[in-house]
Amino acid sequence: MIATPPARASGVPVDPATAPGIAVASELPDILPTVKLRVGVVGFVWRHPAIAIGSALLLAMLLIAVFAPWIGTVDPTALAPARRTREPSAAFWFGTDMLGRDVYSRVLYGTRVSLTVGFAVAILASLVGLAIGLVSGFIRWVDGFIMRVMDGLMSIPPILLAIALMALTRGSVGNVITAITIAEIPRVSRLVRSVVLSLREQPYVDAAVAAGTRTPMIILRHILPNTVAPMTVQATYVCASAMIIEAILSFIGAGTPPTIPSWGNIMAEGRALWQVKPYIVFFPAIFLSVTVLAINLLGDGLRDALDPRMVKRL
Amino acid sequence: MLAYIIRRILATVPVMAVVALFVFSLLYIAPGDPAAVIAGDQATPADVERIRQSLGLDRPFVIRFGEWVWQILHADLGTSIFTNLPVAAMIAQRIEPTLSLMAVTLVLAVSIAVPVGVVAAWKADTIIDRAIMAFAVLGFSVPVFVIGYLLAYVFALKLEWLPVQGYTPLSQGVWPWFKNLILPAVALGCVYVALIARTTRAAMLEVLQQDYIRTARAKGMGQTTIMFVHALKNAAVPIVTVIGIGIALLIGGAVVTETVFAIPGVGRLTVDAILRRDYPVIQGIVLLFSFVYVLINLLIDLLYTVLDPRIRY
Repeated sequence: MIATPPARASGVPVDPATAPGIAVASELPDILPTVKLRVGVVGFVWRHPAIAIGSALLLAMLLIAVFAPWIGTVDPTALAPARRTREPSAAFWFGTDMLGRDVYSRVLYGTRVSLTVGFAVAILASLVGLAIGLVSGFIRWVDGFIMRVMDGLMSIPPILLAIALMALTRGSVGNVITAITIAEIPRVSRLVRSVVLSLREQPYVDAAVAAGTRTPMIILRHILPNTVAPMTVQATYVCASAMIIEAILSFIGAGTPPTIPSWGNIMAEGRALWQVKPYIVFFPAIFLSVTVLAINLLGDGLRDALDPRMVKRL
Repeated sequence: MLAYIIRRILATVPVMAVVALFVFSLLYIAPGDPAAVIAGDQATPADVERIRQSLGLDRPFVIRFGEWVWQILHADLGTSIFTNLPVAAMIAQRIEPTLSLMAVTLVLAVSIAVPVGVVAAWKADTIIDRAIMAFAVLGFSVPVFVIGYLLAYVFALKLEWLPVQGYTPLSQGVWPWFKNLILPAVALGCVYVALIARTTRAAMLEVLQQDYIRTARAKGMGQTTIMFVHALKNAAVPIVTVIGIGIALLIGGAVVTETVFAIPGVGRLTVDAILRRDYPVIQGIVLLFSFVYVLINLLIDLLYTVLDPRIRY
């Protein structure tokens, strides 16, 4: 049966949904939502489970760090010799350490130190590494010199480099961040340099040069946007590595001062007693491992999502 | 070939120069005045100044750096502030446990990681591959001291299969030596295994795409032969490279592992030196380990030409 044309001519409006034989989609919006939106959050999580799990865990840790004072914690530095080395119980969820301090509170407050160090190092190392990488990639005559210096720094194992720097200064969170940042910069600047060098060969950069675009504009328009994806992935790995190095430095007594509860410090203090009271070491250890795992998952997921070509590299 | 080797060896000179300059600068700006320390509490400023001159501490940075390098080239790493012993002798005394730990870890890690990586590439995108890669992410994420305590708790404290802590010199028998090193080596090796396995998988996946693999399959060769003989040989360069680069993880991790397992090695020496602010010792260790690291990677670079005859520089 052929559909009858709408009865416009009669002047009577016809409801397309009820009019016989007429199929009109009345509900179609003017503009279709983008593909991503149509797939929705569920679709994104399904395609990138690593990003979803990683960011969910990391978000949980962030919330713990921010709300540490209000989630059942007491003063993490309050001494109570009368109730030292208590096993985990309803009163002390993670037990107490050898000075009677509440391990649960200390671990939760420790989240602040770890995340601060991790994020600060990731941001600082990225910015400085970006600057060095750009200079190295664009100004050829300093490239050789800068890269020899970076090779030299990279040939010192990062943990030893951080230890050597920390030995010079007093233990403080700021100094820990500086020391780890210096240890991480060479890797970031090498990455940026390699991205810059390969981008410079791109036809559109040649075209921009031919059109007379000035170098700062080329960097801003064509180079920088393309470094964002690899830099973001690299930043997550730097963040994870920084948190591990911070814990190691604190663990061997060259990091965050003992007055500040950090996961490395709690483990360092639990070291002497760990054979009889293993929980003092294990609770911060679990938090540290989960947080680093979350960041690594996020990094792997971002790497796969942002640049499928990078998957093969490692 | 000879030209390449010479060029490659010369290329390490600027790298070592940067390391030396960095380490010397640390010593130079280290807080505390060695002259004042040696002079003692009773010394007058004139005494301190005289000692400073006799030690040559009043001379310019460049000259002191030159003399320091000259000393280093004669295997003189300076003297410990704390024990007054030569740093080189202190390190030599502690080097055996550290070398043992690193050697055992290296052998153990490589012999596990490479086959595991090959299998992951072989069974790519199956549940086996996913499981192996999930373990690799875990290996990257769980810090060495966490694995160390966990292993020691389960296998030494609860099951009592292996010693909790300590070190037995190799001279007292191979088995007692090895028994003490199993847990530390496994703990230290986890990150390393993860790194090598991941790289092996990626390198193998690349190689498996090539025509000669298809030819081998067409000829009816066994999968095992194709994987472990034909493919692995051609994937060797990136794998060997990452084994060399990963030595840095072992060196850094050894400091922590030795602390967890109470192994009296160079790592413990480092930690003690930090607590005592014994700068010459810290500097000596950093310099030595960096030198070893550069040397290993130099050897690996030279190995490329053997592994892949196509590489000609």
